Amino acid sequence: MTPVIEARGLCRTFEVTVSTGWLRRRTRVVAAVDGIDLIVERGEMLGYIGPNGAGKSTTLKMLTGVLYPSGGDVRVCGLVPVPQRTRLAQRIGVVFGSRSQLWWDLPLRDSFALLRHVYGVPSAEHAGRLAHCRRLLDLDAFLDTPVRQLSLGQRMRGELTAALLHGPEVLFLDEPTIGLDVVSKQAVRVFLAALGATGDTTIILTTHDLADIERLSRRLVVLDQGRVVHDGSLEDLHARYGSRRRVVVDLDEPLAAPITLPGVVTESVEPDGRRITFALDGSATTAGELVRRLAAVAALRDISVLEPDIEDVVARLYTRSR
Amino acid sequence: MASGAWTSCRHLVAAQVRGQAQYRASFAADVAGSVLFGVLDVVEVLVLFRVTPALGGFAFGEVFLMSALATCAFAIADLVVGNVERLNVYVRTGLLDAVLVRPMGVLAQLAAMDVAGRRVGRVAFGVVIVAVAAVVAGVPPTPARLALLVITPLAGAAIFGALFVATAAVAFWWIEAGEIANGVTYGGLTFTQAPITVYGAMFRRLFAYGVGFAFVAYYPALVLLGRPDPLGAPALLGYAAPVVALAAALFAAGVWRAGVRHYRSTGS
Repeated sequence: MTPVIEARGLCRTFEVTVSTGWLRRRTRVVAAVDGIDLIVERGEMLGYIGPNGAGKSTTLKMLTGVLYPSGGDVRVCGLVPVPQRTRLAQRIGVVFGSRSQLWWDLPLRDSFALLRHVYGVPSAEHAGRLAHCRRLLDLDAFLDTPVRQLSLGQRMRGELTAALLHGPEVLFLDEPTIGLDVVSKQAVRVFLAALGATGDTTIILTTHDLADIERLSRRLVVLDQGRVVHDGSLEDLHARYGSRRRVVVDLDEPLAAPITLPGVVTESVEPDGRRITFALDGSATTAGELVRRLAAVAALRDISVLEPDIEDVVARLYTRSR
Repeated sequence: MASGAWTSCRHLVAAQVRGQAQYRASFAADVAGSVLFGVLDVVEVLVLFRVTPALGGFAFGEVFLMSALATCAFAIADLVVGNVERLNVYVRTGLLDAVLVRPMGVLAQLAAMDVAGRRVGRVAFGVVIVAVAAVVAGVPPTPARLALLVITPLAGAAIFGALFVATAAVAFWWIEAGEIANGVTYGGLTFTQAPITVYGAMFRRLFAYGVGFAFVAYYPALVLLGRPDPLGAPALLGYAAPVVALAAALFAAGVWRAGVRHYRSTGS
């Protein structure tokens, strides 16, 4: 079976005008996306992350036919996005977290009815999908409220429904949880997880909220400066980037002299000197060795070992590239 | 497929009307304002003829007819594609991206996305004023003239519409171009409301023939009035408006396509 998304050597450059003085300007060519290879199979749920300006949105725009690639090949659902934009639009759904697809002055119900005509969806199919979304996303309470009066969380649930009513094969979500409160975020995640579990819809999700990824995506693509720096599972990411485990110790008395061991960094010391957090970089020193060493010079009261979390990994990835 | 697109457009327009009906006071004010705008156009011609018996060699009724034809054509164009002037807003806010991911033409969506109710008022006013002016100017009610009286505002609307689209498309390259578009379109209306004989040769060559404004009202009005052109052009030009309109529309479509292509290659 052919993949749903196939991109090879995908590039996108922009000309940036830099003013270098009064009336004087210089244009510089910046590669927003710099040779991305991406194969996504039907039913996959892919998390697409990276710092601001890494090229996430640019990639999404090229995959949805909004932007021309400056180089490389791309096919989505077997179609070339830009010349075949309207045909592709029938088969994909797009949610831009910060741009509404809904009609500002109309109730959600009317926006949905309009989209049925825009996409030419048979009314029985439309009604079935809408009923499904109404149930899962709890839309009934605000279906007749004009979109401008909806809360952000309600609007986002409306946007998700709007993007799914024509039964897209691929759903692109650009920052779908941005600005949402905890409850709304959770509602969106639960919905997306259920949608992904059916295996019918391929989901591509860009986000800054790593909790989205932890809950939703088995596959993670990390982008930095227009290049893919990681493509694999979360566990692979930890392994590859030498995620730091932490050892937190409580001592009876502050240490007389700092501990020096290869690959061990003293991350923080409480003001009274009796709680110390060590970070273990790589496998030069094991937690056991560190504890043995500590026990030799101080009286240990308590020890805990913390596993790395994704925020930490990604933060390190981002800062390293700056 | 084409009928599907029409259905989609119709539903989008209906939705706009429903959306705007929520702002009743504002809607009423818009309609009143647009009618006032039209009335002022007529008053302008009246005032002009209080100080002069003829304008560019034409009497009141004749100029009134040209003015009415131009006003009506402009109103129709404004109703159908007037909303493209907001393209710069769509480009700036990125809303155009949302437009591009729907399975419809960009221009059709923009045109259908914000049909202002007040524009319907202007078209209604334009139709009435053309009828009144035809009577005042004494246009003989032969079938050929009546047909020309109906075709002229439509062809004129296509010329204005092409101008709207082409100038709005400038926003694809240059986002702050909104006011330039207004200058060209409203300037065009004023230009076409008077006989082209009042303009200097250079100005006339550029706008009347170059842009095609002479075909919006002047040449067809000459045929309607049964008058030869003081500038010596053949009467046949009075029937040429649809051809000019077609050429203008093709030109505008070319500019628009180039604009969309440019947007996709710059992602402004």
